[in-house]
Amino acid sequence: MNEIPLKERMKIMRHPIPAQSPEERIKNFEEVNSGYSPKMALAEAQRCLQCKAAPCTLACPVNVQIPEFIQQIVDGDSLAAADTILQDNFLPAICGRVCPQETLCESKCVLAKKGKPVAIGNLERFSADSTAPMREKREERVEAEHTGKKIALVGSGPASLACAGDLIRFGHEVTIFEALHAYGGVLVYGIPEFRLPKSIVAFEVNALKKLGVRFEKNTIIGNTIALKELMDEGGYDAVFIGAGAGLPRFMGIPGEELIGIYSANELLTRINLMKAYKKEAITPVLSYVDKTVAVFGAGNTALDSARTAIRMGAKKTYIIYRRTEVEMPARVEEIHHAKEEGVEFIFLASPLEFIGSDDGWLQSVNLQRMELGEMDASGRRRPIPIDGSEYVMDIQMAVIAIGNGSNPLLRDTPGLKFTKWHTLEVDPDTLETTIKGVFAGGDIITGGATVISAMGAGRKAAKSIQEYLLVKNK
Amino acid sequence: MYEIIKKKKIAPDIFHIEVSAPLIAKKFKAGQFIVLRPFADSERVPLTIMRADKENGTITLIVKAIGLTTKHLAQLNKGDAIVDLLGPLGHPSDIENFGRVVVVGGGVGTAVAFAVAEALKEAGNEIISIIGARNKDFTILEDEFAEISEELYVMTDDGSYKKKGFVTQQLQELYDQDKQFDRVIAAGPLPMMRAVVEMTRPHETPTIVSLNPIMVDGIGMCGGCRALVDGKIVFVCVDGPEFDGHKVDFDSLMRRNNAYRGIEQQKEHNCKIDIEIAKGKNNE
Repeated sequence: MNEIPLKERMKIMRHPIPAQSPEERIKNFEEVNSGYSPKMALAEAQRCLQCKAAPCTLACPVNVQIPEFIQQIVDGDSLAAADTILQDNFLPAICGRVCPQETLCESKCVLAKKGKPVAIGNLERFSADSTAPMREKREERVEAEHTGKKIALVGSGPASLACAGDLIRFGHEVTIFEALHAYGGVLVYGIPEFRLPKSIVAFEVNALKKLGVRFEKNTIIGNTIALKELMDEGGYDAVFIGAGAGLPRFMGIPGEELIGIYSANELLTRINLMKAYKKEAITPVLSYVDKTVAVFGAGNTALDSARTAIRMGAKKTYIIYRRTEVEMPARVEEIHHAKEEGVEFIFLASPLEFIGSDDGWLQSVNLQRMELGEMDASGRRRPIPIDGSEYVMDIQMAVIAIGNGSNPLLRDTPGLKFTKWHTLEVDPDTLETTIKGVFAGGDIITGGATVISAMGAGRKAAKSIQEYLLVKNK
Repeated sequence: MYEIIKKKKIAPDIFHIEVSAPLIAKKFKAGQFIVLRPFADSERVPLTIMRADKENGTITLIVKAIGLTTKHLAQLNKGDAIVDLLGPLGHPSDIENFGRVVVVGGGVGTAVAFAVAEALKEAGNEIISIIGARNKDFTILEDEFAEISEELYVMTDDGSYKKKGFVTQQLQELYDQDKQFDRVIAAGPLPMMRAVVEMTRPHETPTIVSLNPIMVDGIGMCGGCRALVDGKIVFVCVDGPEFDGHKVDFDSLMRRNNAYRGIEQQKEHNCKIDIEIAKGKNNE
């Protein structure tokens, strides 16, 4: 038990996570944060007040039993801590790294009222990382009896992985179909190595394989196999669609076809999925060396793009955003890291046109100054262009990171209905689509959101699928 | 794994490759393409499908070993496996009975032109084919086209075989004979498609082109294959690959297709893939 008196515990300062220095890390793609040592984890875990009401757990989209696992760290049993997390979250090493804890669990921590919250994310990461070798060796098996039910999951991103974790434990036969050649969806093509090492994703995928989840790559449901065929001929009793966000948005301004302009998805896919940051990689990426780069957007993806450009040798990297820092949707930690690495921010500016050379290469961007007006529907102050404030900025590379539309691949599927935002229409309570027995969750129903919210949706859908199968069986 | 069932060299650096891919063969419709990676470290490259054999579960690709990845692909032989093969991708070609259709194929674009021509023939169209190549050696799919065409014109740039000249010269001759066409299909190098489109424009003949931009994922995720059509950005992989040729901005597409030229040459120089080892891994 935690023998340190409550008052003393409250005096312990939050332990920052060790990280590579900014000067060092901008020269490599290795992970920025290196994680707590056992000693640091223990000291941080001792800060937890073990609140009975556990507001942190309530704020977690998958309701991880946070005080319980932290107590297990205090007790020196990190494997038990990992298992506690695993009951609710199959991807602890991933969530410990990329979850926006500051707006979820940590925001509700009682300690946050007067000081800094318990570093729940760092502790989750510690529990997962420090026990990975043990968990890799041990045998995994499903306790539940085989139900004989087959479920197909479309896409292998966080929504499907979480959904699969639950369904396999219910005793079903689970197959994940992935279009690309690697598993993990946005975790492998989107989030850079320096924020989420791909070996971590592979570990979590492997854990699911050990439980019996089957993975099929190079298969697009809708093209390679029709949804209807899966159910009619494939014998699947239910389907979960976690196909994720899709088409990158462009701004619809002149010059977006110029060479040197990437969507964030393209830059990140080349770098992360195709490993173009490595010299020996076959997939090319345009050179960033000594270039001035402008990244348009203000979310995590924009920051990932900017920090990637810096690592690729850019001379100057700017984030250009039409609002101000307060309105940036990116995680605080990412903004902080980006600033440390030398990313510069130009707020209250928006591009009007890209200008290129005769041979089609980007040379500059015409920007317009903005000011903030009234609140808009998103609860943020609306940016309003200032007439006559246009100016030209020389840039050689640009990244458009203003979000994604929905996945276009299932649009022609008979029976599936889409909203006016092109996301899949689902029953908000069950996540069932307009086709019976077909459920959906993650970015395909919400548009671009977070890993953990996709996982939450995957778990919710797993529960609905379970109920659907029980009713169907009667 | 996707096993190579048949491989034949049909011209210098051009290969006819038949691959086992039963699910893709079953779904394939003329005009569609696949994305493949020959080895586990390869780039993803899009290739059009020439034909599919649903019964035997194979698809046929016509591959010109021109870039690093297609050169790697060309080193695989019958019995070897391709690591990743995804498809069929893109919208199928519009197939109905239009009447009289001119099909123009150039280079390896001749393969997808053939797929579309064959489907149009089956739908009852009268097919007039014009295929072009640099010289005699590079002329491909002549027999296949002969079988489905009412008229077939084979052109070579240097006159070393059949008729000397570009495909557009033949198209001009047909127009000069006051022939009426209901549709023109063009697939081949971008300058060829642009020339065809400029020729059919004053005649207002509906002209469909099959675009071949640089792609990465091929499933509408990266936006790398974007092109300007009717002044708007389209994603060729999911919105195409076929478009109304009269609305395509070929100039920007040609520039974009050259974006990696310098880098590619360097990569080729530095590439250290040991083909024999990579093949072994594929076949494991």
